[in-house]
Amino acid sequence: MYLSASQTIIMILAIALGTMITRFTPFLLFPEKKEPPKIILYLGKVLPPAMMGLLVVYCLKAISIAEKPHGLPELIAIAVIVLLHKWKNSVLLSICGGTIVYMVLVQAVFV
Amino acid sequence: MTNIIYDCNIYQTIIFYDCYVYYTTLSWGAQEKMTETNRKQKFKRAFLAAFPNTIPVLTGFLFLGMAYGVLMQTKGYGALWAVLMSMVAFCGSMQYVAITLLTVAFNPIQAFLLSIMVNARHLFYGLSMLERYKGLGKIRFFLIYTLCDETFSISSSVEPPENIDRRYFYLTISFLDYFYWVFGTFLGSVLGGLITFSTKGLDFVLTALFIVLFLEQMKKEENRLSGVIGIVGTAIALLLFGAENLVIPAMLIILLVLLAGRKKICT
Repeated sequence: MYLSASQTIIMILAIALGTMITRFTPFLLFPEKKEPPKIILYLGKVLPPAMMGLLVVYCLKAISIAEKPHGLPELIAIAVIVLLHKWKNSVLLSICGGTIVYMVLVQAVFV
Repeated sequence: MTNIIYDCNIYQTIIFYDCYVYYTTLSWGAQEKMTETNRKQKFKRAFLAAFPNTIPVLTGFLFLGMAYGVLMQTKGYGALWAVLMSMVAFCGSMQYVAITLLTVAFNPIQAFLLSIMVNARHLFYGLSMLERYKGLGKIRFFLIYTLCDETFSISSSVEPPENIDRRYFYLTISFLDYFYWVFGTFLGSVLGGLITFSTKGLDFVLTALFIVLFLEQMKKEENRLSGVIGIVGTAIALLLFGAENLVIPAMLIILLVLLAGRKKICT
């Protein structure tokens, strides 16, 4: 440990406070008893697919196309997920299949 | 697997006990006892409907939580500290960033500001969940406190099935995801280097979760344009600002395009 116990506790609280501000602010700004403005209702409807898109790209941000293996394991695993999902339409199967393919690729194929 | 079932049993027992205490304090007579059994039944049904949705998070969070526990251990922060951080702050990627902050000069203001920036995306999760988390009573605080990427992605994509209590449905998803992370952290800091098989690539399970839930959202015609805006907007932010600082620019691009294209996107 680099910090003292009380310093560590303060750090944990500071990080938690920052996180909770980002989680609670929307709910405090638009309390449930009041109808939120139309523009907020609109955003609430269209943001989920957009944020899911953001999360997908965010997870893949570290890939380097220029260096080996050129993002190929990810590309192949995503293709497997999309095809599996089109074929069987089972959330768990698609996730499981894609992850296993990815693990095999990074452990045995693109070493 | 036995472990998972065992944990779920504990969780159910705890919640059942809570409901029991809650009800005996309010109890007036035999009629309330009926309500209590009803409640248990309702909860059990919601739990069984919600649990399968969290299995990918179970895998991902146990793995990443354990990795976090191990890392904290190597920096001299034992199980107590790692678990405390996971329980109180509960913010996956920021907790990894925080490891660095715990090993340099004490600076809580910097930690606070960095935490707001790294977690800014939660602002949009809250906006998205305003309607879904309406009228849920006391549990609402817990749902908001634990609204992480994974819980958001499940709870915003999966509709609670008909005749399932939405309160218990959302509570199960939020609690289980929270529990997996904290429990993973605990396992990692206690068991540390005991894992002998190669887990390389296992963290891809969370990427796969987001991809599949993205595909699920794309099934609805009215979601497609917004989903494409999310992908393209974030890709542009990645190209312009690099992998380190992409989230806030990406959020701004998405917000601007969604607002500017309101007439077109709105159906």
